[in-house]
Amino acid sequence: MRTTKQREIAAPLEASIWRRRHVLDLDDFTSEEIELVLGTTDAMREVLSREIKKVPTLRGKTVVTLFCEPSTRTRVSFEQAAKNLSADVINLGASGSSVEKGESLIDTARTLQSLGADAIVMRHCYAGAPYLVARHIDVGVINGGDGCHAHPTQGLLDLYTIRDHLGTVAGAKVVIIGDITHSRVARSNIWGLSKMGAKVVLSAPPTLVPVGLSAPYFPEIVVEQNLDRAVDGADIIMPLRLQQERQKRGLLPSLREYIQLYQLDAKRLAKAKPNALVLHPGPMNEGVEITREVAHGAQSVIEEQVTNGVAVRMALLYLLLGCVQ
Amino acid sequence: MTALLIAGGRIIDPSQEVDTIGDLLIANGSIAWMGHSGEDLPYERYSVLHARGMIVCPGFIDLHCHLREPGFEDKETIATGTRAAARGGFTTVCCMPNTEPPIDTQATVEFVQTKAAAEGAVRVLPVGCITRGRRGTEMVEMGELSEAGVVALSDDGNPVVDSRLMRYALEYSRLFDLVLIDHCEDVSLSEGGVMNEGWVSTRLGLKGIPAAAEENVVYRDIALAEMTGARVHIAHVSTAGSVALIRSAKERGVIVTAEVTPHHLTMTEEWVMGQGWDDTKAYPLPLSCYETNAKVNPPLRTARDIEALIMGLNEGVIDVIATDHAPHTDVDKLCEFDIAAFGISGLETALGSLLALVHGGKLDLMTLISKLTVEPAKIIRKNEIGTLKVGAPGDVTIFDPDHEWTVDPAAFASKGKNTPLAGHRLKGKVMATIVAGELLYKDESFKIEKGG
Repeated sequence: MRTTKQREIAAPLEASIWRRRHVLDLDDFTSEEIELVLGTTDAMREVLSREIKKVPTLRGKTVVTLFCEPSTRTRVSFEQAAKNLSADVINLGASGSSVEKGESLIDTARTLQSLGADAIVMRHCYAGAPYLVARHIDVGVINGGDGCHAHPTQGLLDLYTIRDHLGTVAGAKVVIIGDITHSRVARSNIWGLSKMGAKVVLSAPPTLVPVGLSAPYFPEIVVEQNLDRAVDGADIIMPLRLQQERQKRGLLPSLREYIQLYQLDAKRLAKAKPNALVLHPGPMNEGVEITREVAHGAQSVIEEQVTNGVAVRMALLYLLLGCVQ
Repeated sequence: MTALLIAGGRIIDPSQEVDTIGDLLIANGSIAWMGHSGEDLPYERYSVLHARGMIVCPGFIDLHCHLREPGFEDKETIATGTRAAARGGFTTVCCMPNTEPPIDTQATVEFVQTKAAAEGAVRVLPVGCITRGRRGTEMVEMGELSEAGVVALSDDGNPVVDSRLMRYALEYSRLFDLVLIDHCEDVSLSEGGVMNEGWVSTRLGLKGIPAAAEENVVYRDIALAEMTGARVHIAHVSTAGSVALIRSAKERGVIVTAEVTPHHLTMTEEWVMGQGWDDTKAYPLPLSCYETNAKVNPPLRTARDIEALIMGLNEGVIDVIATDHAPHTDVDKLCEFDIAAFGISGLETALGSLLALVHGGKLDLMTLISKLTVEPAKIIRKNEIGTLKVGAPGDVTIFDPDHEWTVDPAAFASKGKNTPLAGHRLKGKVMATIVAGELLYKDESFKIEKGG
């Protein structure tokens, strides 16, 4: 069995250290586990480079995506990842499902388990929902983003993208700009990047930085409100999506002022290292947190992130479902 | 009715500053005699409860609990809630008016009273609304409610947002000497919040409720009490800042009183992380986190707040300990944290939780018992209860401060099994609860024998 799989996928041998049943956040990942995921992702990228981008590894397994919040790229990315591994995929959204009829999340998850799901990938508007599900069912749960809490697969694909370009994440100065308070991507990245030895700098107006975001409860990070100073010498710059709602809710005086103070434009990018990379978790508000020029410029790896996202998710599904225990 | 002698216990009655080993006789529903064994008893026939090693004190008065009836009988009823009270040592409970319909007319007050008389175990004293339907727009007919027998007014669950209306309600309440209990929450600051705003809320990605949301309204109420001379009582104080505001108000003579709950005195925001969370480590999150049974409004705060609350109790800044018993069904709690109901089912764990403060040397028994008996009685102007004076109603609670037990919500008399203490060991247990001379609750290990 094992040898067949190794022909299919050139996954790292140390896959046997994987003991995880769920992927809920990066806070409990060791650096060795992250390395294992990234190494496995390399193997998946090799699969994706083949003419026939499909292996039979997860044939007979069923992956359910339960997305109770609108999402395009994450859901499609998971679906693509599962299909590349020959798993069957069932997509459920909030509308049209029992969730909308008032069924509790636990009952929905139990039903999916009874229907034969081997893994549930879930996106939920409320923080902690994947923990609730994981407590009540036996199948693996992958967090596809929960409220303002965590988005571990985005964190992993960002790590992969950075490692792919710099060779290592350790020592890199990574600047995350914008709405930290409401960003699950920022939270998961803080955990993942810090574990792998990056220096994380957050740059945002005080209304968009949450309280208590400091050691010993979080990894060591630096908050630099002045964006020009924050990007100085940066290796990686990651502006976050600014939801227009933030301005309406009074967290910002105007989009105009936000753009003046926090938009990543060519001038600011020039203050970073010459070959600094621009990442964005998407979807972008071009012209708000990032200029079109920078988003599609030579230093942007935003499209690569999307491709890497499929490979990372294949790696996680493989480790959760396909790896011989 | 035969008389009941409680023999050999440590009798603590803050209303008379009594703390002595002795006997207490209850006859004809009232406290008949207090003395020492060997002395002549005024009665010859009585049953005996041997209370050696136990504390004998006036029955507890809960100034703030939710019996949910009418309207939310799936969460609790007057029958189940008052039995839970008896198990917790409470002989009188003041029930909050956030029922459906709310207690804002004579008819609803009488409904609660009639139900309590027919099905209830302990004394039930209804609290009426401050505004009609708790909508915060017009005052209730306070005269009618006062006549019907409410002991206080509150829109509990909601603050009275409109400061002008709160002013008028306070002024008008003076006609009937009614105390207004306010749930202090600046809803513009707390909107969407589900737990304390701090590192835990940031860690869990939950929206926080800052301390200022409470303190802002505490200060407003103090200012209005000072201006109107009316009586305001601050419900469930949870922050160090509120304690400081109330202290300074009392120092300059403002008529303000305050209560604190057992959970705000003993649990921090970290309880939302669930059981098994080790406070020497900040990560990873355990699977048990997002503990909805620790979701309560106002939210569990920090160790620093707890310290200030305990100091407030000891200094007399906080007058009363009240449970804010808020029973909910499993469905209300077994869901995503954001949509779970606020509240802890607290009647049956109150004493056990609070005794941890006594065992830890932070509070003495006399102070603790006064906050559960004579002090709440003063606030609702019911000076005949909360005391063991001869002639007072025979409301007595007997507890063993050293009896260790494990909290098992399935064994609760309350329908509300929602407590973050499930499975926890508590030291201190109610052994018997007597209301008007009637033994309503008795621990299995406690024996009665015929005396005289």
